Amino acid sequence: MDILNEISLFLQTSVQMGTHILFAIVGGIICEKVGNTNLGVEGMMLMGAAMGFTVACSTGNPVLAVLAAGAAGLAGALIYAFITVTLRGNQVVTGLVLTIFGTGFAGFIGKSVSGNIVPESVVSAFRPYDIPILCDIPIIGKALFSQSIYVQMALVVAILAYFYINKTKMGLYMRAVGENPAAADASGVNVTFYKYFNILLGGFLCGVGGAYLSIVFLTTWQDNVTAGAGWIAVALIIFSTWNPLKAILAAYLFGMLKGLNFKMQGWGIQVPSQFLEMLPYVATIVVLVFITLRKKKENQPPKALGDPYFREER
Amino acid sequence: MKKKLLAALLAAACLFTGCSNNGTSSSDSSSADNSTASGENSTAVDTDVKVGFVYIGKIDDGGYTQAHDAGRLAVEAMGVETAYVEDVAETVSDTCEAIRTLIDEGCNLIYTNSFGFMEGTVEMAKEYPDVKFAHCSGYMREDNMSTYFGKVYQARYLAGIVAGMKTEANRIGYVAAKGIPEVIRGINAFTLGVQSVNPDATVEVVFTDTWYDPAVEKQAALELLNKGVDVIAQHQDTTAPQVAAQEKGAYCIGYNFPTADAAPDAYLTAACFRWATFYTDDVQRAIDGTWSSRAYWEGLAANMTYLDELSDLCAEGTQEKVDAARNAIIDGSLEPFTGPLYDQDGNLKVEDGVRMTDDEIWNMSWFVKGVVGTIPA
Repeated sequence: MDILNEISLFLQTSVQMGTHILFAIVGGIICEKVGNTNLGVEGMMLMGAAMGFTVACSTGNPVLAVLAAGAAGLAGALIYAFITVTLRGNQVVTGLVLTIFGTGFAGFIGKSVSGNIVPESVVSAFRPYDIPILCDIPIIGKALFSQSIYVQMALVVAILAYFYINKTKMGLYMRAVGENPAAADASGVNVTFYKYFNILLGGFLCGVGGAYLSIVFLTTWQDNVTAGAGWIAVALIIFSTWNPLKAILAAYLFGMLKGLNFKMQGWGIQVPSQFLEMLPYVATIVVLVFITLRKKKENQPPKALGDPYFREER
Repeated sequence: MKKKLLAALLAAACLFTGCSNNGTSSSDSSSADNSTASGENSTAVDTDVKVGFVYIGKIDDGGYTQAHDAGRLAVEAMGVETAYVEDVAETVSDTCEAIRTLIDEGCNLIYTNSFGFMEGTVEMAKEYPDVKFAHCSGYMREDNMSTYFGKVYQARYLAGIVAGMKTEANRIGYVAAKGIPEVIRGINAFTLGVQSVNPDATVEVVFTDTWYDPAVEKQAALELLNKGVDVIAQHQDTTAPQVAAQEKGAYCIGYNFPTADAAPDAYLTAACFRWATFYTDDVQRAIDGTWSSRAYWEGLAANMTYLDELSDLCAEGTQEKVDAARNAIIDGSLEPFTGPLYDQDGNLKVEDGVRMTDDEIWNMSWFVKGVVGTIPA
């Protein structure tokens, strides 16, 4: 019983540590599925974290706070979309710039709110709650059913994103744009609209993910709160082979990683933390090698990923 | 015509300021008179000392750098001009660039507040022999470069007393950054404090291998709390471990800076630095012309470190025990690192009645008995 309890508490923390990353991976997948590599994930997360925190503190309204966080991520994505889609700028450079911009923006906004604490109304709205009976399931009960609604939202969003991408007409069009924008264009799909819509949607999710850290997990403002989580998300997009369902696994596995290190310290096992920090990237490289060798169709990156689309250039 | 007039005025202004600067530096006695006179009016001291600070973090980080910046503000209150560069990366090139920026702004006394700034500060001290430097927490000194630090382990010993009195599980968690002597020393002093009032209690340590990563710090604290500890102490730069303690209904002890606001339902006290003590003393020496390179390492007695006021959550009788220990440390009758001290395996490391020297304390690399955890390689 004790060991079961310990495992379930461990998983509960791991899921919390994977939540902001899950939002970010799903946001990144949606963006990459229309053919845009967005390295600005970290920047959009930070923008969301800062705006969400500011609005949470000034209004005390949890819904507004989440919306503001999403809007901030969306605003960052709008800059990115305008440069890469309308002006056809280089996606890698633009993404990097967005991360640098977002970090500065968040630091600037954060200056005026540092020292504040998230008001009680928001804290209680996102406090972990037990779903009766389900939360008593051994091992996974606490991880899934004794959590904040924000954590559960991430899971729901990932599942919805899967259906959106794979089972809806809009998802079909978006995938077409990401695979072969010229063909999509020829068949009457509005490429610019689909690119904008999905990049902005992805940005919204990244912003919401960042805000999880500032308004739910930490409830105080800490500068550069994501501390590189956005980059891990970029790597895990590939690890999950652009599939939001696998993203759930990737995010929670990552959330487990640090916790496992702490556990092992308790057992007296020493693992250099540099090794653990390397793992998500090593795993990503392994997956990249694997999918390039196996050439399984559903695991491939969108064909037109990274290429700006010029209608006149065929 | 107008331009000529302006130029003439500027030139006159330059001449004037140049003169007044020469005046102060050439005759010490007159400048001292001036400074006392103007000090009473609480305006600028008549000195050419301008102080620059190189910070590892942001001045409002609610932790390490904010504590330093309180010291800078105290220097400003003396009427001395200051400047700072924040968020400087711990590389030699970034350190040098930040220092050059400050020197360009006219600073002639420069403090660098993080261990990783050491090499860069040494390099700059050699390049600018007329500028005075002081580096926090390092061990390299030059003729124009001091080192300074606070004996925060003494405050941690007092914090240990608070935790030892509070814990009911007799298990205390400690979220630590890196396995270096500064951190180990703090854990040991804290544990000795705990065991001085509660010999049965143990201190369980996890290392995060980062000074600053709020989410990871909180995760580390949650892991400890899940294992059953009921007080969390920390050697980390954010309040995240304290937030974790509050969430799990446990108690916490802060570091660097009083942070009762971050976790009001969990906060017991914090082991803090009062950097103003060193900064004002050192700047005064520069003004008086008595500045010389030194190794400054002071604690409770010099008011360089202190324990924050105890919150209402502390166990009954804690205040008395803390006061007694504090007074004993200040008058020298108590030194936490006095034998008999045993390591984790029970081997006698320090003989009964023997006090460890400052050097031994500074370089500590083993855990005392009562600490549960291993020092990362």
